[in-house]
Amino acid sequence: MDAVVVRDLVVERGRRRVLHGLGFSVPPGQVTGLLGPSGSGKSTLMRALVGVQRVRSGEVTVLGEPAGSPGLRRRVGYVTQAPSVYADLTVRENARYFAALYGRGAREADAAVADVGLADAAHQLVDDLSGGQRGRASLACALVGEPELLVLDEPTVGLDPVLRAELWARFAALAAAGTTLVVSSHVMDEAGRCDRLLLLRDGDLLADTTPARLRADGGSPDLEEAFLTLVRASEGVPA
Amino acid sequence: MTAATAGRVLRQLRHDPRTIAMMLLVPSLLLGLLYLLWEDLPTPPGQVAVFDRVGLTMLGIFPFVVMFLVTSIAMLRERTSGTLERLLTTPLSRPSLLLGYGTAFGLAAALQAVVTVAVATTLYDLSVAGSLVLVVLIAVVDAILGVALGLLASAFARSEFQAVQFMPVIVLPQFFLCGLLAPREQMAGWLQAVSDVLPLTYAVDALQEVGRSSEPTGRMWLDLAVVAGAAVLALALAAGTLRRRTS
Repeated sequence: MDAVVVRDLVVERGRRRVLHGLGFSVPPGQVTGLLGPSGSGKSTLMRALVGVQRVRSGEVTVLGEPAGSPGLRRRVGYVTQAPSVYADLTVRENARYFAALYGRGAREADAAVADVGLADAAHQLVDDLSGGQRGRASLACALVGEPELLVLDEPTVGLDPVLRAELWARFAALAAAGTTLVVSSHVMDEAGRCDRLLLLRDGDLLADTTPARLRADGGSPDLEEAFLTLVRASEGVPA
Repeated sequence: MTAATAGRVLRQLRHDPRTIAMMLLVPSLLLGLLYLLWEDLPTPPGQVAVFDRVGLTMLGIFPFVVMFLVTSIAMLRERTSGTLERLLTTPLSRPSLLLGYGTAFGLAAALQAVVTVAVATTLYDLSVAGSLVLVVLIAVVDAILGVALGLLASAFARSEFQAVQFMPVIVLPQFFLCGLLAPREQMAGWLQAVSDVLPLTYAVDALQEVGRSSEPTGRMWLDLAVVAGAAVLALALAAGTLRRRTS
């Protein structure tokens, strides 16, 4: 069974239509990348998956239940683009609070903090951390619930290449252990690390593909180049 | 989860020692100012000294005002930092979140009330006929009312600027009409009617009852029940304003 099934999803914010009838499904136990330029509707789509986005029409089914169902709140983890942790608490206090909400203990909280490489900063106030560390603290607060589906909005922004590689390795390990991940990014070089790719542009799904297929369809080993080719083709502009 | 949330809010407070110090000491210092203001004022025979009347009332008003402000800012920060949206995707229920806030700031208010009552009755010779435990209890219920109204008001504030301005809007009319500045019997009929539906009126009346009689009166319990009921109502309304889905 697919972890996420989206049918004819239409979202409007104010008078603007942000998502124009999207449809796709996400297989379980894989890393699905949501890629597209900023403003393409990635965050809105992720908010719809976790059930905090008011939708105009369409269906979003997550782990067999309508998105946002009370039963899903234990099974789905969500990390917003801006780190949403308490700046006036330490990393460990943040992780322990979210652990308590998911019915986990202090040991799981400390393990999640160590998992994102913040063991040494566990006693620091989030306010005193660098931007990248804050993002990882925020991630730890989602990992602590050991969710079946992890929805991560641009988790690698502002991270140095080494940390970025570490996090992507961590995502792959989680997927190998059965977790489904939906990860958004606006950097195409991260697309190569995903099992599946959903390419969004202006609220439309441009392609539902894999890195290998994108390279083949776009006629380039470079994913960014291949993506551009696809965009031009969709707009009727000769490549 | 209510306990976890209350613990988290208190832990946030603990990392902010200046706020704790102000919360605990400012009411006592302000009360001291009132004490000095009226120290030499003669009291007509058969009447309650001004400081005994006003000072006692202030013991209920301080926690209400302080907790209103602190809560509305805290909740606004939850909204703007994205933590609220995140909390709404976790198993934490909305009532648990609000009760967590109520519990945390209620405890802080209890501590504040103990300090202020102790200082007022020793340093400033505030005389209260009834039990000081009741004064603290009323102060805590007032604080919870402040928390509840603060949570509700924060739903209508888009920025910190707006949030702090809700304080005069929500608090001052209740203060003007509670019977402290002018006896309620002497107000115009319609003002009295407005005063009748404002919860702070009952908080002040409850404190006056404790000030007057050595044993708790039925009227005091009724007053307290009204304040508590208003707090529950405000919490319920605040829960209604917490939308899981936003556009």
